[in-house]
Amino acid sequence: MAEFSLPKNSKIKSRGQSYKSTSEGKNKRTFKVYRYDPDSGENPRYDRYELDLDQTGPMVLDALIKIKNEVDPTLTFRRSCREGICGSCAMNMDGKNGLACTTSIEDCKGGELQITPLPHQEVVKDLVPDLTHFYAQYASIKPWLQTATPAPAGKERLQSPEDREKLDGLYECILCACCSTSCPSYWWNSDRFLGPAILLQAYRWLADSRDEMTGERLDELEDPFRLYRCHTIMNCANTCPKGLNPAKAIAEIKKMQVERAV
Amino acid sequence: MAHNPARPLSPHLSIYKWGPHMLVSILHRATGTALAIGGGVIFAWWLTAAAMSPAAYNIFYHWVVQADPASLHASTQRLANILAKIVGVGLTWSFFQHMASGIRHFVLDTGAGYELKTNRLGSILTLAFSIVATILFWAVIAGKY
Repeated sequence: MAEFSLPKNSKIKSRGQSYKSTSEGKNKRTFKVYRYDPDSGENPRYDRYELDLDQTGPMVLDALIKIKNEVDPTLTFRRSCREGICGSCAMNMDGKNGLACTTSIEDCKGGELQITPLPHQEVVKDLVPDLTHFYAQYASIKPWLQTATPAPAGKERLQSPEDREKLDGLYECILCACCSTSCPSYWWNSDRFLGPAILLQAYRWLADSRDEMTGERLDELEDPFRLYRCHTIMNCANTCPKGLNPAKAIAEIKKMQVERAV
Repeated sequence: MAHNPARPLSPHLSIYKWGPHMLVSILHRATGTALAIGGGVIFAWWLTAAAMSPAAYNIFYHWVVQADPASLHASTQRLANILAKIVGVGLTWSFFQHMASGIRHFVLDTGAGYELKTNRLGSILTLAFSIVATILFWAVIAGKY
């Protein structure tokens, strides 16, 4: 059963620390950041950091790095490539999931810019969620090429350009978990529902002309929860920072299930 | 899953920004529940009353549609009539919203309508349709009776 409110230890105390900018500049904005320190034993809180935007880079990640470097070194978050390909800095900004490195501060409307970890995840520290379960679900769909026939001698398994095109819009997924953690079905049933990211990946192998385990893969997904908890709420496609459409991929899997049954 | 209860759960419903797609999705459930429970009870009452006797039907009629001035409960009945009208409008809207949303889901099940703009437009259209249809429906009822 869906638990709509946060558990007791997760309720957020609204007033944490407030850090004012000492800059003379006029273009200032406050970042309201979710903080959780596992060592303190206290509930999470929101800390507020005021920054001079004229002295900050354009992206939310620039602001976080500036806070960590110049204001509060205890702020913890994941980041790596800063160009939208590693998926490390996935978080919720202004109520929407995205990559901090490709989300511009300007595009987040309103006064205070609220930053929280990916929704409905166990928090390790500050903006760092525990994605162990997400990765285990990814492993469960066997995300590699599976074949029964022997490989052709002396060359790789070939694919026509048309068949290769079927993987467009699928192979670009960077597994940042923005979509899965935006999905209310995944919030309430992540223990059994695979979620949009993993199902898009599952379809990536179903759609691959070289893969020979299509039937077995469909058998694994034919389950009231694993696949069919998707109710086309569409949060996944609306939030994907790579512009992919997991909902559409899931619809294609559902169609494959029907097509093989009739 | 190696569940660690010491770790807090990050905020979800309370912080996520709503869009029309999300609203229409939850409304499909809410209106379905309203129709099943509200509609079911009133419809069953109406049907049973009609099948039993004119007296039983009168009880239904006075409590739901029009109060009986001669009754001891006339004022309570009048209140119940107003309440029934609100529930009635709510159920008609629920019916139209659930129907439009159901058709939208039917289209989505064929694999069409997933482009973000089309999908957004589709969800807004279900709302527009249900509101307009409810107004028209009650305008016709009010005009006739």
